[in-house]
Amino acid sequence: MNLFYPVELFARWLTYSVFSITPKTYLGEAVNFFIYDTIKIFILLAIIVFVVSVIRSFLPPEKIRFILSSKSKYTGNVLASILGIITPFCTCSAIPLFLGFVQAGVPLGVTFSFLVASPMINEVALVLLLGMFGWKIASIYIVSGLLIAIFSGIIIGKMKIESLVETFVLANKINSQTVSVNLAWRERLLDAKDYTWDIIKKVWLYIVIGIGIGAWIHGYIPTDFLAHYLSANNWYAVPLAVVVGIPLYSNAAGIIPLVSVLTEKGVALGTTLAFMMAVTALSLPEFMILRRVMKIKLIIIFASVVGLGILFTGYLFNGLIG
Amino acid sequence: MKIEVLGSGCPTCKMLFEITKKAVKELGLNVEVDYVNDIQKIIQMGVMQIPVLAINDKPVLTGFTSDIEKIKKVIQENL
Repeated sequence: MNLFYPVELFARWLTYSVFSITPKTYLGEAVNFFIYDTIKIFILLAIIVFVVSVIRSFLPPEKIRFILSSKSKYTGNVLASILGIITPFCTCSAIPLFLGFVQAGVPLGVTFSFLVASPMINEVALVLLLGMFGWKIASIYIVSGLLIAIFSGIIIGKMKIESLVETFVLANKINSQTVSVNLAWRERLLDAKDYTWDIIKKVWLYIVIGIGIGAWIHGYIPTDFLAHYLSANNWYAVPLAVVVGIPLYSNAAGIIPLVSVLTEKGVALGTTLAFMMAVTALSLPEFMILRRVMKIKLIIIFASVVGLGILFTGYLFNGLIG
Repeated sequence: MKIEVLGSGCPTCKMLFEITKKAVKELGLNVEVDYVNDIQKIIQMGVMQIPVLAINDKPVLTGFTSDIEKIKKVIQENL
């Protein structure tokens, strides 16, 4: 059963009855698409961000650090990647997380697993993937993202490149004792409500613009228009998608709805996945901020390992699904 | 008493600093609020989220909030 059937009916009613746009026209298709997707995404956004915030209130980064500092290498990489999903990640938080983890003795590779997973699989991306692509592609994205985070961390850990971290980072050691705060359920729910509202305020405009442009493309651009340039047979489509994705991080919320429409117009799935992963996981501002705690060489290694993982995922899915 | 907002210079950290100054003023306290741009100090406090509101070197609020009433409440509780 389609949970969003009532929304679908409402969108149709609004488009064709209230606005009296003739059905089966380009304009009708575009307006209907825009209303339906916008309502659907905002419902999902409210529910999923709220649930993730409540879970997060039990697992603040300080507690995650405590869990990770006592785990062996591989378990650590897996756990760090999974825990990375529920942690909010903004470019600002990269430094405190990195310092806090490394100085408490979390291995460098495990720290990187976390740094990769945290921005790549976040709750807003999750909502948009689920809403625009459906649960199958959302799951593919999450599983590939987790694997990239786990393996990038393991590879970086194996390289033994602790010397590429700025000296002051390792000079300071702290214990991973946490400042534990016991919150009442009421506070958790209130905080989650505030946080959800903050997120919606922050991203709504990007999402509406993204869906708006998407709706226009959906209605006006012929299907398979892009197939010629960005189909699975074009070897350069995946690397191109990755390169274009790197500077777009701050607009991730608007880009996913846009990209979902492009797949409709003939862009191959692997290329789409690679593009979205590059947008979320490889961010230029984050690299610039990380320069304060690590040498450029380490940032390049980090970006290359993750970038290769994304390329591999892109080619893999283009090859499998075509 | 010492009230500090610790951050990395990011926009949300500056915002918390401004709101905290306003909260202190509205509470009628005669205390200067300081902005400290020192992440190492935040890490030493055992916190990994920025910004941090600290009273007498004790972190009382971590992460950003725009809720001035909440800020007033933690200040009063930790006077």
